[in-house]
Amino acid sequence: MSRIPLPYNPKVMDLFRHPKNLGKMDDATVVAVAGNPACGDMITFYLKIDETEQIIEKAQFESYGCAANIATSSIVTEMVKCLTLEKAWEDITWKKVTEEIGGLPSVKFHCGVLAVGALKRAIRQYYKEKGIAPPSWMPLDHTFEEKQALEEEELAKTLSKRLKIEEEKKAEK
Amino acid sequence: MVENVKELLKLHEGITHEVYLDNENSSIVPQEVVEEMVPYFSKKAYGNPTLTHKPGWEAFEVIMNCFGKISKSVGAKNLEDITFTPGETEANNLAIMGSCFAQKGKGKKIVISEIEPINVLQVAEMMQKFGFTMQKIPVNKEGFVNLEKLKEAVDNETILVSISAVNNEIGTVQPIKEAVDIVKAKNPNVIFHSDASDAYGRIPFNVQELNVDLATLSSYKIQGPRGMGAMYVKEGINLERVLEGQIGTQKLWPGVENTPLIVGFAKASELAFQNFEANAAKMRMLRDKLVDGMFSELDDLRFNGPKSDKRSPDNANVSILRAEGEALTIELSLSGVYVSSGSACSRRLLQPSHVLIAIGRIFEEAHGSILMKVTRSHTEEDIAYVLRVLPTAVNRIRGIVGSTGVH
Repeated sequence: MSRIPLPYNPKVMDLFRHPKNLGKMDDATVVAVAGNPACGDMITFYLKIDETEQIIEKAQFESYGCAANIATSSIVTEMVKCLTLEKAWEDITWKKVTEEIGGLPSVKFHCGVLAVGALKRAIRQYYKEKGIAPPSWMPLDHTFEEKQALEEEELAKTLSKRLKIEEEKKAEK
Repeated sequence: MVENVKELLKLHEGITHEVYLDNENSSIVPQEVVEEMVPYFSKKAYGNPTLTHKPGWEAFEVIMNCFGKISKSVGAKNLEDITFTPGETEANNLAIMGSCFAQKGKGKKIVISEIEPINVLQVAEMMQKFGFTMQKIPVNKEGFVNLEKLKEAVDNETILVSISAVNNEIGTVQPIKEAVDIVKAKNPNVIFHSDASDAYGRIPFNVQELNVDLATLSSYKIQGPRGMGAMYVKEGINLERVLEGQIGTQKLWPGVENTPLIVGFAKASELAFQNFEANAAKMRMLRDKLVDGMFSELDDLRFNGPKSDKRSPDNANVSILRAEGEALTIELSLSGVYVSSGSACSRRLLQPSHVLIAIGRIFEEAHGSILMKVTRSHTEEDIAYVLRVLPTAVNRIRGIVGSTGVH
């Protein structure tokens, strides 16, 4: 195991210590999950959507993960507030999140990616759950962040499968 | 990035009590040891011990005394059986590489336990590039090496076996004597190396009684200065150097001897062994208080490693479920409690400790693990403070997790 220095900036630390929009949302219009605890980060994203205006009224999160994961999730919930779904989809990218939070150590970029993955997944899910045809601005293919979230989840599955095999082998011994 | 550190440190202002429990990764050098070292930087014995002048002879004298102290502390036969190295990483590298290169042509198999520290594990893996083979011996749920598998693994091709006397993460005290007997009965030519960094100063470790051929010692792990360690090499065991340069008082490690650090290491050793039984008993008492306190204050914990006296007295390793390790270490730091987590961030995923995975912990359990090591310098007040701070920290982090990832 190798370790790298992680000198988090004040904004990351502030959001880690005092996360904004933290907690379960009971009246959420849509809920999406991204990541897996086996990979060390997992986010639940709640959106309350004004359905006539297609505007995100508020967003909340819960997260299992490091300080960067908590901070990036929290900042995404701030960034999407009062945005139309279209604008949220188009404007919020992992790079923007990293910028907004004042930079992250490179090994923590994936935290911002996962937070945006959770957001995009929630928006996509909204249309699916409501049975509304996806709007023209939403690509049928997964975005970079959604793909990354999927890859991480696949990785978690592979890992747990591998562990299970090893566990069985050990039991035989 | 480095400018962030000032702000990070500012967040720690106002801390009323500090307890450093991350003795796995570095340690506080007691003032007594520091004072012993200081004169050797510029007041005396600052010469190179191989040179023919007063400061050189002074250095030679003091270094010889330190060889004596360290060799005595592990029950070595001769002073020359000890080689000072810049740390246990270097000593373990020397043990593995030096044995392999010296035994070339006599065999090619290296046998290690699957929970060896990475400065054994990764070196053994690397040796495969040089035509050697490596086999890892499994451990059980408490981290004890499977001696049956060890017996099976050692064959005529085997040149080296490396098993730590005490595991650095979960404190398992391995049956080294039995392991040596098993290995030597199968093949008397095998070199048996034991990383004793976590045994030294904590449990009895006598190289002649255990009959090991090589043993690694660490200075900072007994509250000595960092950048210093040693290797015991039994008389008659042939090792090859892994670094070349000017050879001085020791034929296995080139370069100018670092007299102040050697003095500091020897002093730390003296202090560790001065009241050996009492020190061990104190560490055990503080460690048990810490662990018992955690289990009475918090639920959903897993204790990693053995519970019996077959555990090093300083080591506590606990998985805190529904909490992520790095977040916890930061939260605790803000309250003045310094620990490390068993997982480390890599580009895509958190890398769990290979030791915790080897004893059957799942990834989530490994990610929430914290490693704490007490020393004889800790007090009951320190432990009481940790127990006051820890539940609050855990509950806050668990509060962020909420319902996420709970299955």
